[in-house]
Amino acid sequence: MNEIRSQASPDVAASSKVGVGDGDIHPARKGPKDFHPWLARRWQDHIEQYGSPGRQGWQAGPAYPKSQPNASRRDAYPPEGGRPGSSLEFMQAQHLDTNNIELGVLNPLGSGQGVMNAELSAALCHATNEWQLAEWTSKDNRLRASVVVPYEDPVASAAEIRRYADNPAFVQVLLLSRTAEPLGSRKYWPIYEAAAEVGMPVGVHAFGYGGNPVTPAGWPSYYIEEMTGHSQCQQAGLTSLVVEGVFERWPSLKMVMIEAGFAWAPSLAWRLDKHWKTLRSETPHLKRLPSEYLRQQVWWTTQPMEEPDNRDNLLDTIEWMGWDRFIFATDYPHWDFDDPAHALPVKASEAQRRAFFIGNARRVYRGCGG
Amino acid sequence: MSRHVVATAHEIPEGGRKLVMVRGRPIAIFNLKGEYYGMLNRCPHQGGPMCEGLITGLREAKQPGEYVYSRAGEILRCPWHGWEFDIRTGQSYIDPGKTFVRTYPVEAMAGESVVKGPYVAETIPVSVEEDYLVVEM
Repeated sequence: MNEIRSQASPDVAASSKVGVGDGDIHPARKGPKDFHPWLARRWQDHIEQYGSPGRQGWQAGPAYPKSQPNASRRDAYPPEGGRPGSSLEFMQAQHLDTNNIELGVLNPLGSGQGVMNAELSAALCHATNEWQLAEWTSKDNRLRASVVVPYEDPVASAAEIRRYADNPAFVQVLLLSRTAEPLGSRKYWPIYEAAAEVGMPVGVHAFGYGGNPVTPAGWPSYYIEEMTGHSQCQQAGLTSLVVEGVFERWPSLKMVMIEAGFAWAPSLAWRLDKHWKTLRSETPHLKRLPSEYLRQQVWWTTQPMEEPDNRDNLLDTIEWMGWDRFIFATDYPHWDFDDPAHALPVKASEAQRRAFFIGNARRVYRGCGG
Repeated sequence: MSRHVVATAHEIPEGGRKLVMVRGRPIAIFNLKGEYYGMLNRCPHQGGPMCEGLITGLREAKQPGEYVYSRAGEILRCPWHGWEFDIRTGQSYIDPGKTFVRTYPVEAMAGESVVKGPYVAETIPVSVEEDYLVVEM
């Protein structure tokens, strides 16, 4: 049994004044049948008989076991039972109310993305989207949904995005970072085209099922290497998006990089610029320095934030990237949760804090008041 | 410094823990092999509720391949990010010089002496038949 922390720290009270946006909340199913109302009987039977394996070899579940059961905070199990994140009531009490969340973006995982059977992947993603409406956003107006798409079938993905073009509950398109090909590959262009058309940013959450090793140098031994590897994976994805010309082709496209850190972004931008100056003629379709595309079309969720001993180093990084680039995120109910009362231990003006904690989110996510 | 009666001794069996409030502060009390230890229920990192952490042992290696497991039941990991702390001293293992969780002395006392006092802010009724846990703060 878990008890809600009844006493908010003074910092929470301070940040409560402006309200908090959360760019990464993970709702969980209560059980495997939760999707059945939106899943054809054919697929229900298929899953029961053949499963829904992802593109990652002979494994069920994530490639690396998590350091905590269900990758969750040990205090996040709902009192009525079930997985962390599966109870809206407990999420409201423990997180949304306590941390004064005014805008929470749902990023469902285990939702059919990366499932090898393309039709099943599309069916599960659609069921996940309807489930978000029925069980979450219609019951709490602080929550917004992500259009979960079967990204290895970009045509089906684009259709799914357009299906929710006029539904204000959906504020972004959700991809996972471990795709079968680099993110900028032409294969995925229908996704970016549809997202730009309907005005939703494309969020790229860490993890996924691309079938490639989790590092460019092969399969590592430890979970910590997978965690650190998310930044390498997203660097590869962003580099690909820039040099393939995705940002150049859709100037209104916004990308949100989720849960892979951000302190590496300046070094990636400097390296890209350095090489592009000598190799410009290889990619003449790029009209600006790679760093300019990153600065103008990419946002970063904050969790899990880098924590250098010298906090001024973090401040330097934020200043270089721009206070308007960050979307605060907790990753609730997962174990590497960032608490809004502790997550920004640097000096910042009131305007900067407001942008970091909610203003940028309102501006980036579709129809959220920015 | 004052002393606060917070629980009966039998409420926290060996290996168990209980969250209590003392002067408005949440304190996690642990029974470690018959001795009691108190700790602020707030991780120094981001404030995770320590009372709900995993109690475990200490894994060490002088070099790769030489692993030693010791101090079973004496190490507490924060329920959020898993930082490790010594239940007895509050010392962390990630940065023992600087990072620790605040601890408070806890003593098991016979009801006979508890009834006599003086103790402040008693939140539970006491009787001579029971043993009680007393936190100093």
